[in-house]
Amino acid sequence: MTLRTLRPAVPRMPLRPGRFSRFSCFSSFPRLSWFAVAAVLVSLVALLPLGFVLWMAVHTGWDTVVALVFRPRVGELLVNTALLVALTVPLCAVLAVALAWLTERSDLPGARIWAWLAAAPLAVPAFVHSYAWISLWPGLQGLMGGVMVSVLAYFPFLYLPIAAALRRLDPGMEDAAASLGKSPWGVFFRVVLPQLRLPIWGGALLVGLHLLAEYGLYVMIRFDTFTTAIVDQFQSTYNGPAANMLAGVLVVCCLGLLALEAGTRGRERYARVGTGSARQPQPARLGRATWLCLLLPAVVATLSLGVPLITLVRWLVAGGAKVWRFNELGSALGQTLLLAGAGALLTTLVAIPMAWLSIRAPGRLQRMLEGSNYLVGSLPGIVVALALVTITVRVALPIYQTVVTVLLAYMLMFLPRALINLRAGVAQAPLELEQAARSLGRTPLQALWQITLRLAAPGAASGFAMVFLAITNELTATLLLSPNGTQTLATAFWSHSSEIDYAGAAPHALLMVLLSLPLTWLLYRQSKRAAGR
Amino acid sequence: MTALDLRAVRKTYGPANTKNSAPVIALDGVDLAVQAGSRTAIVGPSGSGKTTLLRIIAGFDAPDEGQVLLDGQLLADGPRMVPTHQRGIGYVPQDGALFPHLSVADNVGFGLARHDPQRQSRIAELMDMVSLDVAMLQRRPHELSGGQQQRVALARALAQRPRLMLLDEPFSALDTGLRATTRKAVAQLLAAAGITTILVTHDQTEALSFADQVAVMRQGQLAQVGRPQDLYLRPADPVTARFLGDAVVLPGQLSGGWATCALGRVATDDAQRSGAVQIMLRPEQLQLTDAPGGALAADSHAAACHGVVLDADFCGPVCELAVRLLEDPQATVLTVRSSGLHIPALGARVQISVVGQAHVFA
Repeated sequence: MTLRTLRPAVPRMPLRPGRFSRFSCFSSFPRLSWFAVAAVLVSLVALLPLGFVLWMAVHTGWDTVVALVFRPRVGELLVNTALLVALTVPLCAVLAVALAWLTERSDLPGARIWAWLAAAPLAVPAFVHSYAWISLWPGLQGLMGGVMVSVLAYFPFLYLPIAAALRRLDPGMEDAAASLGKSPWGVFFRVVLPQLRLPIWGGALLVGLHLLAEYGLYVMIRFDTFTTAIVDQFQSTYNGPAANMLAGVLVVCCLGLLALEAGTRGRERYARVGTGSARQPQPARLGRATWLCLLLPAVVATLSLGVPLITLVRWLVAGGAKVWRFNELGSALGQTLLLAGAGALLTTLVAIPMAWLSIRAPGRLQRMLEGSNYLVGSLPGIVVALALVTITVRVALPIYQTVVTVLLAYMLMFLPRALINLRAGVAQAPLELEQAARSLGRTPLQALWQITLRLAAPGAASGFAMVFLAITNELTATLLLSPNGTQTLATAFWSHSSEIDYAGAAPHALLMVLLSLPLTWLLYRQSKRAAGR
Repeated sequence: MTALDLRAVRKTYGPANTKNSAPVIALDGVDLAVQAGSRTAIVGPSGSGKTTLLRIIAGFDAPDEGQVLLDGQLLADGPRMVPTHQRGIGYVPQDGALFPHLSVADNVGFGLARHDPQRQSRIAELMDMVSLDVAMLQRRPHELSGGQQQRVALARALAQRPRLMLLDEPFSALDTGLRATTRKAVAQLLAAAGITTILVTHDQTEALSFADQVAVMRQGQLAQVGRPQDLYLRPADPVTARFLGDAVVLPGQLSGGWATCALGRVATDDAQRSGAVQIMLRPEQLQLTDAPGGALAADSHAAACHGVVLDADFCGPVCELAVRLLEDPQATVLTVRSSGLHIPALGARVQISVVGQAHVFA
């Protein structure tokens, strides 16, 4: 090999090596600028649903908008949805804080098992929760039913971050507060609870967005929210302006929730101040209250895990061997795995440029791009689906009702999950390693591939797993967008239970739970690791 | 007057239900009396139980047995105890443990009533006490340097006019220069306020310079309690001696207040006993003078002998020398500190003389 052929492998010196100002990805890494271009493209695609809603509002004309939005039906839905969120989120937060304190800070017997049981309800899709409750208690309906099932299905989203934060909290601060004359309750409310603000707010936002987006859960117990009304409307009038306007209001609700969270989250720093290592917290002695305290996790686990499992077993026993139609089940399982695998792979790959930019070249452009991804990720599946239906019908008919559209919808909805995990992974690979590789003669791309992406692999894998889990349990977008004849576990479950064939739906639900369990375990482990244990 | 009184305090850790692990005895019958308005340092290696003792005094933990009294009031009697928040004992932890969600002003005023009209002036007064500018009050803890955080933590603890102040290694997170000045400032401040103080540390220099009374802790027991000078020059045993600083421990024959040892005849602090004993000298009690080669004086007087320099370790102001004694059959090697201005060459002969009395171990 001659010197000549070696030459191209020697990287061009960046202008200011090691310093990454805004947009520096363009100037310092000319060969990687297509990374920025890719990130911009992905973000533009991600903005399609929002663009659709805006375009719809403009296109429909103000009078029609007023006529469609300002009517009693919309007011009724708005009240329903607002009450649902306003009741469910605080209940979830109180329950999650109580459970997290018991499992992390007290000498509750079997705390580790209760901790896992508090995370495990995530493995049961929300609509399976309500299927279990409606078959146990056929009269269940309306707001109270909705709130109860929602709390049981979604409280782990708050429990996991709160428990992780409680583990990280420095007990020295609680000692100091006690020495300053605060009673144990005073310490909890003035020192511990304020420190849990970020995880509570973050988790509450997540639960709120899920409540706005959920479809199956509320249809089963006959509680009308925006999402159920939009699907109804769509099924009766296709993508008429009525459905689109409802979607517009739903988007406004989502944005309102995001703004509320951002506005009240505050800018305080909650990290521990000072050096030195935090002492291990000493578990609080429950003493005689132990048995009373055991009641809470036991009742919650019974309601959130026991009820779904017992119902499933009951229907499986009642259905006997004839509900195990292996052709149907096998094909549904195969299609689910295929769709979830392809969707997760696509989403993870598409997230790479964005994740890389956000770690290596943070700046205003990158924040805007990333923000748009998160924004769209927080939109309900029904809005994304409606947008894609309209857009494909109008400008890209060949891909209407094909796998391409479904995968695109998955990508738009679940990109943030891949992004968060991948970003953490890229952050594991310090810039110095990439620089070292380049000083050893690797091109920027080689360095990225051989060093950064190798080290980011665990992050990418967990991002893949999260997206996979989400797609497995996705119902709304799949129902609206998938090609005729597509039957995933979720849609098969849905068609069986819509025909009140609860026994026939049970095997599908069981498979979904079994598929989700390992990934829920992963989530649980991740939240433990985040706390350094 | 005795402010704090600990009587036979015992504490055992380690759950009985874990297999193959005997419970760890953290405190094994600790008795300690602390005079009102005084400063006491509890010093010991890590794992000696000093933090446990502090936590029991503060009320974060309950003793298994024994009593804790403050100003005659019973705070703990075995596992029954007055909870922390009713004790009125100030506590400054290792890294300050400032509340990151509160401003400096709210941190300092945490223990004060929220609607007290005097609140603002009291906070300003406390800031002045710890020599911090009131302009800092609106800052957040993470915007302060380590030394400032420590001062805020002290001001916060002083706010409630504690009957007793507990300092848990509060200077260890600071760097060396800041450490000494902060320590001095805190000692003066607490003395001026007349607050009884207990400092826990693993740094013997810090303990000796800070306190009126030093308690050396070892394996859950107080090995020795006393004035800093007494402990340093007259430790109870060789382990305590070496813990508080470098020590030269030699066997010797005692009679009439003089010990005969490898260094010749040395004056001691024990005129009563006689027979085989162990004596201790601090390295700074040994002085070196150059001895002309070959001139081994036959008339070598008491407490003087000759040695040869094996190794010299220059540390700036001082120089640590390893000196092997020439007339000693065991060829004992001593560590001697000499001025950094004059360093004998390796292999040079030196004369060693002893300043002051040697301490005789009981």
